[in-house]
Amino acid sequence: MWSFFHKLGSPPWLFGIAGSILRWLLPITLVALAVGLVWGLLFTHPDFRQGNSYRIIYIHVPAAVVALAGYYVMAIAGAVSLVWKMKMADVAMRACAPIGAALTFIALVTGSIWGKPTWGTWWVWDARITSMLILLFLYLGVVALYEAYDNKEAAGKACAVLSLVGTVNIPIIYKSVDWWYSLHQPASIRFTGGSTIDASMLYPLLLMIVAFYCLFTCCLLMNMRAELVEREARTNWVRKLARAGEARA
Amino acid sequence: MSVAQWVAQLDQNLYFRSVDALLDMEGHGAFVWSAYLITTLVVLAMLLLPLRRKRRFLRQLAGELKRREGSPRTKGGGD
Repeated sequence: MWSFFHKLGSPPWLFGIAGSILRWLLPITLVALAVGLVWGLLFTHPDFRQGNSYRIIYIHVPAAVVALAGYYVMAIAGAVSLVWKMKMADVAMRACAPIGAALTFIALVTGSIWGKPTWGTWWVWDARITSMLILLFLYLGVVALYEAYDNKEAAGKACAVLSLVGTVNIPIIYKSVDWWYSLHQPASIRFTGGSTIDASMLYPLLLMIVAFYCLFTCCLLMNMRAELVEREARTNWVRKLARAGEARA
Repeated sequence: MSVAQWVAQLDQNLYFRSVDALLDMEGHGAFVWSAYLITTLVVLAMLLLPLRRKRRFLRQLAGELKRREGSPRTKGGGD
């Protein structure tokens, strides 16, 4: 167990294991996304009230769910880098921010497009949508804050504090549709009690949620590999990698 | 179940019976397809940008190392 954590702190080991995981996880992700999309778009029936516009659910909900979970990953990585000064946790925290921002952007844009035929408006300043917009600003804030510092150690600490403070927003997003009156519908999938979505629509949705979790993991590993070679540019293993790439070209 | 039976069952379960119906989605096509197009572009960027960033950096580093190794100082030519 401890030897695993010890290995996690080794950049070349982490770079290698991330590459090995990506070799099988990336094809699985692409297949799951393709199957989920075809299933949701072609093989499900329209919603009795929303018609075919509900098919946006197969990208909107997975993007939103994983954007929220990704924030916890970023905050936990930030806490580990603050408390145990683990450099690889700092790498993971920095790698999470652009992916989370992209997923939150997808959730907001697809939600807005879905809103027009369903609610008659592209945007409302209700609790769910506004707190998701704050989530996007938190992710972008972490990206911008890191770039603003010349001293990357200080940048890492500031980003870790920002990501930890921002966790307050996550339960607010989850519970916003229950706490405040909102145009946004409450959660359709419930782990306690019955889901309010038909099984024929639920299964492709669950597949897409799994596919988006896999997508998040792939992007996280790819961003970490890019970040690692930049941080470790002076080390022999990265120089060897650069020379090997040059020899192949 | 044979492959032919499986394909026949898939065809039976297909909701849209023509490409036009699929594109139109009973009037909601513009909303659904624009949402899927934007998502596809963002997901492609999420997957390709880190790959390009890593490759570009390693290429730059390789060029820098080549230049340094080619200079007389590192060749052992000395002062």
